[in-house]
Amino acid sequence: MKKIKKIKINLNGKTKLINENSKIQTLITDLKIPLKKVAIELNHEILDKKKLNKIKLRNNDKIEIVHFIGGG
Amino acid sequence: MSDTFVVANKKFKSRLIVGTGKYKNMKECAKAVKLSGADIVTVAVRRVNIVDKKKPLLMDYIDPKKITYLPNTAGCFNSKDALRTLRLAREIGGWKLVKLEVLGDKQNLFPEMIETLNSTEILAKEGFKVMVYCNDDPLMAKRLENSGASAIMPLAAPIGSGLGILNKINIKIIRAQTKLPLIIDAGLGQASDATIAMELGCDGVLVNTAIAGAKKPFDMALAFKNAVIAGRQSYLSGRIKKNFLGAPSSPTKGII
Repeated sequence: MKKIKKIKINLNGKTKLINENSKIQTLITDLKIPLKKVAIELNHEILDKKKLNKIKLRNNDKIEIVHFIGGG
Repeated sequence: MSDTFVVANKKFKSRLIVGTGKYKNMKECAKAVKLSGADIVTVAVRRVNIVDKKKPLLMDYIDPKKITYLPNTAGCFNSKDALRTLRLAREIGGWKLVKLEVLGDKQNLFPEMIETLNSTEILAKEGFKVMVYCNDDPLMAKRLENSGASAIMPLAAPIGSGLGILNKINIKIIRAQTKLPLIIDAGLGQASDATIAMELGCDGVLVNTAIAGAKKPFDMALAFKNAVIAGRQSYLSGRIKKNFLGAPSSPTKGII
């Protein structure tokens, strides 16, 4: 069986290993993140939440997933 | 009496805007918001906790369909970060009504007005309705208005200080010069401060710490609700002139 290669990404400031050729949608689904309540940024660019299935993650990609919390 | 609070063409019943920070937990926050009667709450944009997925979400406690979320840029010290934050906020679910707050000093949390002004202009051009946290300077307030701000929100005093309105004259000058919604944001300590703000002619007040940090936050939320209503009614009623001498309230004729 061919071994799946791993790549390193930075997710919300923390390093994470994921399978090569993973799509952002897969990452969000795996993390069980409610898509309607967040915004996602890839390498400082805001992503269209409808197109997450089309974007493949690459080595050293920087992802930020944010939501609303209490604030003044 | 029809006296609606309008911001960016949207009508609101309550003139009290409350922050959702500094509460012990989400439940306490949601109850205080409910008691305050606020239609608008400020919220912050932060990283999702990837590790602890069971952490409660604000949206599970305060329904954004019932209460208007006003995303803020708290913690931003330059225009770049503020713009990034609000663009992300808009992406979460279409929020265009936002609170811009670009700070310039970590000690007193005063706004960095040059960065604030530049950000206001860019955001307005991008279609945002920007409610702007600013200092109590009438000239800067005018420039914000000319830059496309949807509401002017001068501080009463430093954020979280509880000092109340330090410069009433400037607030009155800003009131006289603008038809934009004027909202006192930051520095209030007790309910009477909100009444004073409303009596100065402000359209609303924004309070967080004074409620969340009170010994009894629920009672204080209610106190602020009533204080804003009282202040607005008092302002609209037209106060008497101030006199240096006494004027008897009872008739002087027929004294025995």
